[in-house]
Amino acid sequence: MSTEPLNANPKRRPDGAALIIAAVLLVLGIIVAWDASRLGGAAQYARIGPQTVPYAIAICLAGLALWTTLEAFRGDFPERDRQDALPVLWIVAGLLLQLLTIRFIGFSVATGLLFALVARGFGERRFWISIPMGIVLSLLVWVIFARGLSLTLPHGPIEDALTRLIIGPRTA
Amino acid sequence: MNTLDLLIQGLGVAVQPINLLYALIGVTLGTLVGVLPGIGPATTVALLLPVTYRLDPAGSLIMFAGIYYGGMYGGSTTSILLNTPGESASIVTALEGNKMAKAGRGGAALSTAAIGSFVAGLIATIALAFLAPWIVRFALAFGPREYFALMVLAFVTVSAAFGDSALRGLVSLFIGLTLGLVGIDLQTGQARLAFGIPDLLDGIEVTTLAVAMFAIGETLFVAAQGKRAPATVEPVRGSLWMNAADWARSWKPWLRGTVIGFPIGAMPAGGAEIGTFFSYALEKKLSKHKEEFGNGAIEGVAGPEAANNASAAGTLVPLLTLGLPTSATAAIMLAGFQQYGLQPGPLLFTSNPQLVWGLIASLLIANFMLVILNLPLVGLWVKLLTIPKHWLYAGILLFATLGTIGANPSVVELGMLLVFGLMGYALRVFGFPIAPVVVGLILGPMAEQQLRRALAISQGDVTVLVTSPIAATLLSLAALALIIPMILRARGRGKVLGQLAADSD
Repeated sequence: MSTEPLNANPKRRPDGAALIIAAVLLVLGIIVAWDASRLGGAAQYARIGPQTVPYAIAICLAGLALWTTLEAFRGDFPERDRQDALPVLWIVAGLLLQLLTIRFIGFSVATGLLFALVARGFGERRFWISIPMGIVLSLLVWVIFARGLSLTLPHGPIEDALTRLIIGPRTA
Repeated sequence: MNTLDLLIQGLGVAVQPINLLYALIGVTLGTLVGVLPGIGPATTVALLLPVTYRLDPAGSLIMFAGIYYGGMYGGSTTSILLNTPGESASIVTALEGNKMAKAGRGGAALSTAAIGSFVAGLIATIALAFLAPWIVRFALAFGPREYFALMVLAFVTVSAAFGDSALRGLVSLFIGLTLGLVGIDLQTGQARLAFGIPDLLDGIEVTTLAVAMFAIGETLFVAAQGKRAPATVEPVRGSLWMNAADWARSWKPWLRGTVIGFPIGAMPAGGAEIGTFFSYALEKKLSKHKEEFGNGAIEGVAGPEAANNASAAGTLVPLLTLGLPTSATAAIMLAGFQQYGLQPGPLLFTSNPQLVWGLIASLLIANFMLVILNLPLVGLWVKLLTIPKHWLYAGILLFATLGTIGANPSVVELGMLLVFGLMGYALRVFGFPIAPVVVGLILGPMAEQQLRRALAISQGDVTVLVTSPIAATLLSLAALALIIPMILRARGRGKVLGQLAADSD
C-alpha cells in the first residue's frame, strides 16, 4: 500500500493536529457565545452591555478556527519534533498527587512527592533519594515562607511536629 | 519641579537601607533566574507576587524591576557558556558568545555583555526618567477611546506583528482575551464563563496563568524532548579583562544597541528580544571584521546585550506612564501594582511620585549592583549550570506551585495550574507564542472597560472611536502592524519576522 500515489506526498494531507486545534477554537467560541447569550441586562442606551465583547471574541475565535483549518489543508503548520509522552505523564501525575493530597499530608510531603515524580520524569529513578530530598527541601521552604514571611501554606503532621519542636506545644 | 529634582528625590527613597536590600534581593534573584534555563523573569515575578502581598509596595516593585534587569544580565552568562539561552532576550548572544567561549575568549565575552548591559541600562534608565514626564503630560489628555486604541495597538504588536505566523499569534492572544472574560462583569455584576464555580468569580489569576504557562509548560516541554542534545558548559577561560582592541570594538555596539533597544521597548512593540535581532543584524553589517561573525565576533555580543537591557528599561516607559504592558514581565508587574491598589498611568506620577521616582532611581542603583554581581562573581553563577537537569526542574516545580498554594491552596486553583501548564506545553509543541496569552488576560478586561466607557460617553455611537485624531492614528498603526507583516510573510520574507518571535518573558 505504500506505493499508493495518494500517500506519496504526505504534505498534501491535511494536518490532523491543526484540524483538532481549529475544532477546539470553534468549540471555545461557541461556549463563549452561549455564555454571553444567557447574560441579562441587554445593552442599554449605550448599546454595549456585558455580552458585547464576548460576542465579538466568539466571532473572532470562529474566524481563527476557519483560518487554522485553511492552514491545516495548506500544510502551513510547522513541523513538530517527536514528543516523549512518558516524562509528561510522570510530571502530570506529580502535580495531580500534590493537589489531591496537600490538604491531608501537608505542604512538605505533598510537594516532596511532586519533586520526586518530576525528577523521575527527567530520568531520576532513585526514589529513596529523591523523596527524602524533596521533603526536606519543601520543609525548608515551608519554614522560610510560612514561618518567616507568614504565608499561609497547608500544614500536616510533619509541619505540626516541627512547630511544636521550635515554639512549644501550645502554638501548634 | 523638573526631572532632575524628582530623580534626586527618588534617589533619596532608593538609598533607604530597606529599599537597597529589596533591590539587592531583586537583582540577585533576577541574575539567578536569568542564568537558569526554564525559568525567566516573568515566571519569577509571578511566583513572588503572592509572597510579597504583605510587603511594602515600593520595596516589592523595586525588587520586581531588579528581577527584570537581573534576568537580562544573567541570561547572557548561560548563552555564552552553555549555548542554551537562559531567556529569550539572550538567544542572539549565544550565536557569537558561545563561539567566543569555545575559542577561549569566554571572559571577554562575559565582560562585554556585562559592561554593555551596564552602559545600556544606565543610559536607558536616564532616558526613561526624562521621557516619562513628557509622555505623562501627553497622556493626561487621553480619554477612554485613546486608551482603547492604544490597547488595540499593543494587542497587535504583541501577537501578530512579529513571530513567524500572524495566525498563531492571534490565536494565543484570543485565548488570553477569552480567559480574561472569566469572572464578574464589573459594570453589571453578572458572572461570565464562571460555570457556577466560586473560585472563578474573581477571574483567572494572572500569576496562576503565567506560572503555569511559563514554568510548568516549559518543564513539560523540556521533559518531552527526552535526552536529545545534552548541552556542555564551557569553562570560563581567558581573562575577564577586555583588552584594548575589545574595548575599541565594543563601545560603539553598546551605544548603537542602546539606541535600538530603548525605543523598541518603549513603543508597544513586544519583548526585549526583538531589539537584539536588529542590533545583531546592524553590527554584522557595520563590522570591519565580517568574517568573524559566526565564529565569535565581540560586536555580536556587545550590541545585542546592550539592546536587551535598553529594551527592558524602555518597556517600563509605557508601563509606568500609560499602564500599558508590552511584555509578559511587564504584564505581571502591572498585576503587581494592582495588587497594592495602584494603577500605573499618568495619575500615578502625581498621586505617588515617591514610589515612581524611587523605583526609577533604584534602577540606576540596581545597575551598579548587577555589574558587580555578574563580573567578579561569575564563577558562582557558572556553578549553577552544573546542577543536574532532574533536580533543577524538580526544584522549579516546587517553587512554581509554592506561589499558587500560598495565594489559594484550593483544588480548583491547583487544578487550573495543571490545566494551564498542559495548555502551555501544547502551545509550545505547535509553535504558538506564550506572551500574547498573558498580555491578553491582563489587558483584555482593561480594554473592554475603556471601550464600554467610550461608548457610554458617546451614547453608543461607534464612530466616536475614530473621530479623535490620536485614537484614529493609533488604530491605523495597529492595522498597519497587522497587515504589513502578513504581506511580507506572503512574499516569503517571513524568515526575518520568524526570527523576531516574541517568545516569552
